[in-house]
Amino acid sequence: MIVNNKEPLLEVNDLKTHFFTENGIVKAVDGVGFKVYQGEVLGLVGESGCGKSVTAFSIIRLLDYPGKTVEGEILFKGENLLRKTDAEMRKIRGKDIAMIFQEPMTALNPVLTVGFQISEALLMHFKISKDEAIKKTIELLEKVGIPMPEQRINEYPHQLSGGMRQRVMIAMAMSCDPILLIADEPTTALDVTIQAQILDLMRTLLREFNGSLIMITHDLGVIAEIADRVAIMYASKIVEYANKRTIFYNPLHPYTFGLLTSIPRLDMEMKRLNVIPGIVPNPLHFPEGCKFNPRCRFMTDRCKEEEPQLIKVEEGHLVRCWNIDKVAPEVKKDLLVGE
Amino acid sequence: MIDSLLKVNNLIKYFPIKKGVFRRTVGWVKAVDDVSFEVYEGETLGLVGESGCGKTTTALTILRLEEPTKGQIIFNGRDIVKMKKADMRKERKNMQIIFQDPYSSLDPRMKIKDIIAEGILTHNLLNVRESYKRVGELLEKVGIQAESMDSFPHEFSGGQRQRIGIARALALEPKIIMCDEAVSALDVSIRSQIINLLKDLQKEFNLTYLFIAHDLSVIKYISDRVVVMYLGKIVENANKKELFTNTMHPYTQALISAVPVPNPDYKKERIILKGDVPSPANPPKGCRFHPRCSKVMKICSKIEPKLIEIKEEHFCACHLYNER
Amino acid sequence: MNRILRKLFSNATSLIGIILLIIFVTIAIFAPVIAPPLSEDYYQIPRMSWDINPQPPGSPMSGDIRDIYDYMGTEIKYDRAICGTAEGGYDIFYGLIWGTRTAFKIGIITVTVSMLIGIVIGSISAYFGKWVDEILMRITDIFLSFPFLVAAMVLTTVLGRGLDKVMIALIVFGWMGYARLIRGSILSTKEETYIMAAKALGVNDGKIILKHLLPNTIFLVMVQGSMNIGSMVITAAALSFLGVGAPVGYADWGQMVSFARNWIIGSPGHAGQYWYTVLYPGIFIVLFVLAWNLIGDTLRDILDPRLRGEL
Repeated sequence: MIVNNKEPLLEVNDLKTHFFTENGIVKAVDGVGFKVYQGEVLGLVGESGCGKSVTAFSIIRLLDYPGKTVEGEILFKGENLLRKTDAEMRKIRGKDIAMIFQEPMTALNPVLTVGFQISEALLMHFKISKDEAIKKTIELLEKVGIPMPEQRINEYPHQLSGGMRQRVMIAMAMSCDPILLIADEPTTALDVTIQAQILDLMRTLLREFNGSLIMITHDLGVIAEIADRVAIMYASKIVEYANKRTIFYNPLHPYTFGLLTSIPRLDMEMKRLNVIPGIVPNPLHFPEGCKFNPRCRFMTDRCKEEEPQLIKVEEGHLVRCWNIDKVAPEVKKDLLVGE
Repeated sequence: MIDSLLKVNNLIKYFPIKKGVFRRTVGWVKAVDDVSFEVYEGETLGLVGESGCGKTTTALTILRLEEPTKGQIIFNGRDIVKMKKADMRKERKNMQIIFQDPYSSLDPRMKIKDIIAEGILTHNLLNVRESYKRVGELLEKVGIQAESMDSFPHEFSGGQRQRIGIARALALEPKIIMCDEAVSALDVSIRSQIINLLKDLQKEFNLTYLFIAHDLSVIKYISDRVVVMYLGKIVENANKKELFTNTMHPYTQALISAVPVPNPDYKKERIILKGDVPSPANPPKGCRFHPRCSKVMKICSKIEPKLIEIKEEHFCACHLYNER
Repeated sequence: MNRILRKLFSNATSLIGIILLIIFVTIAIFAPVIAPPLSEDYYQIPRMSWDINPQPPGSPMSGDIRDIYDYMGTEIKYDRAICGTAEGGYDIFYGLIWGTRTAFKIGIITVTVSMLIGIVIGSISAYFGKWVDEILMRITDIFLSFPFLVAAMVLTTVLGRGLDKVMIALIVFGWMGYARLIRGSILSTKEETYIMAAKALGVNDGKIILKHLLPNTIFLVMVQGSMNIGSMVITAAALSFLGVGAPVGYADWGQMVSFARNWIIGSPGHAGQYWYTVLYPGIFIVLFVLAWNLIGDTLRDILDPRLRGEL
């Protein structure tokens, strides 16, 4: 599958997804945009409620009532996915764009065997016989590192461990050779040694297929290992967007900076953890102006009144903040990483 | 040689596996299998391991919230395993616990002032009016406005509920507090608030922590000494610096290498373990880690290695270090 | 609490239930005014005539009866049988009005007492588990295996006739549902972390049950209880219908339906001639039970978001 490498494989522009609940309109995703090129890994970072999962579901168009994508465009291989019919999306889902979910136990059907669930996708998208599907399924399970795959295809999800189930999910997702994989916190529920195995597997598979990956997580360590470009989300918007090195060595948004200095890490002796005061805002009651302002130590009056746009600091580095010039010197002082 | 505040000797906790119509015991889940360590006053002992290693069960058993199957727990000079229920209840004043889940650890029908005061009133330490006054002081200490003490748990965020849980644990002025994954369920930007709070309180009240976590980064930041567990056994026990600079046990090495570091240039030894964590109902023979160990030797599948002091204050249970 | 009240009033079905209930409560409270008693025993339905056959609505008091009251010096407050008379001249209207009080008595007392018994047994069983649980639950099973109506009939036959005996029978064979309900609820709540937290504080078992377990589980049982009030009344009515309930002439809806037993079909050629003997008490029973069911339904719906963790 060769795609013109100059054009992005996926381009999201001004995506707005709102939930029309009985308590009010929740603007879960409010003007999100990014590009993913072929062979590239985009890390989508944020905490609970920031809108990263909703963004993923909007792209693959699996939003449930009362959610609705109200604005924006999602260009996949040049075509706007938001304009496609349900039937057209079904052809794309699983085949061109695949998704891996966080909780493998709930994402797999407990009453169907593992083999059935994988071959189901194959039979849906390809004109092959049942035997061929089973053969391919066994190959896939072997590829994702599941021992004795011939036995495993007849087992049920609850008979497998968490790590195994996640491998099955990856096998399902990769079964039709998708060119774009969206992984929503795929390793958060796993033990750290299993997480290392799964990340290793994903890296190997991506290299092999030259596919692209959108990795959604809150773990900056995982991002450092696997991402090429990073988009940091906070309260329904992207607040910083840059390549990996810039995010870790020269972040300019107070939230990114705050996160990096507040997490304990193995590579540094930390005298004291930085603290981002306050709590993650409730999507029903976002603050006025810049949504991060109640927690921001660089906050000025303008931040309370006017929400900043994404400003291009340099090529490929966008920041949504009025006070970048104030943040920069603090970064140089506090962030000990990098030379 | 300073006497330890808490000394655990050969602690064993097995859970029976019952099957069949008559609920016969067909096997045992060996959740905690001959665990020994000490905790000294004023320090933070980190207890780290992955799911199924027995760290949470160890903490619950030390508090006798689960009854130990065998072993000694010497707290403040007395073996609390042998204590009668009534004496144990009194002793609970001195050993408290902060739970992982801020949502289910607070009674949803109680006002938070009652939740925090419950311990004080149960042990008749103060009368009702004085108790509520103390609740107000404790809330301020953990960073919550005292005026909100008449509110219910659902009116607070996860981080705030965890603070309430900390206040509840502090109310009895305990000597030791078990922190059972106290920050794992919180958002990343909130974790540092709680970690810093715990450290500040420790300094102020000379608290001793047994800090249980699966996140090595947090363990490294907060602990003085670290105990690493695998499938119910201790595999390594050392002070923090020793553990991370002179790591001995292959599992500890794998664990450290598996932790993602937020640093794109960080170079580390890649150790990817094979296979899954086996079930504690059916642990491997010999050294429990041997099926996944890259340095496995013949002896490892036959004989279980003992936890030995290899260097000063650095214990390890591995045949690689036994002088044999 | 405010949320519960708001939800109760916003729902059409529960609103109907509440209105009905208010009507019944009013009738019960103002019974002496609506249907002034003509003898010292308020619950004794006055007779309008000595006629075996039921008299249609509007029938006047017969002369013989009038003479008796004049003789005794009792003031005759009303002299028409507004809803007709049942077999033996008993005034249906009076029976309906005072029967409302009886219905409330039966419903509330039996449900409250059997709920208490069930809660005690169920919570002890759930909290202490093991052999205590086994024994108590097997006892519960034994009680459950008795066919309810038959068992109640046997008990009342043994104890003798009377509404209090009926209530005893209803309680003795009615507590098991609550025991099971609260046992199940406590078994799951027992595993909640806040229970372990209370143990870690040193709170003793009794206090844990009373202060933590029961407040979090009792609502479920209370909802079930409120729905059962209606069915207790119907069962008592059934027992009365079968002749083992209230004594003859007692103001009780079931009693009145039992009066109608011989007259349901009517006389040859006049089917349904004595409709009023069945219809009026029947309507009251149905509406009473409906009121409690509707309210109970809404309470259960309110309970659901709580179960999901909203509270």
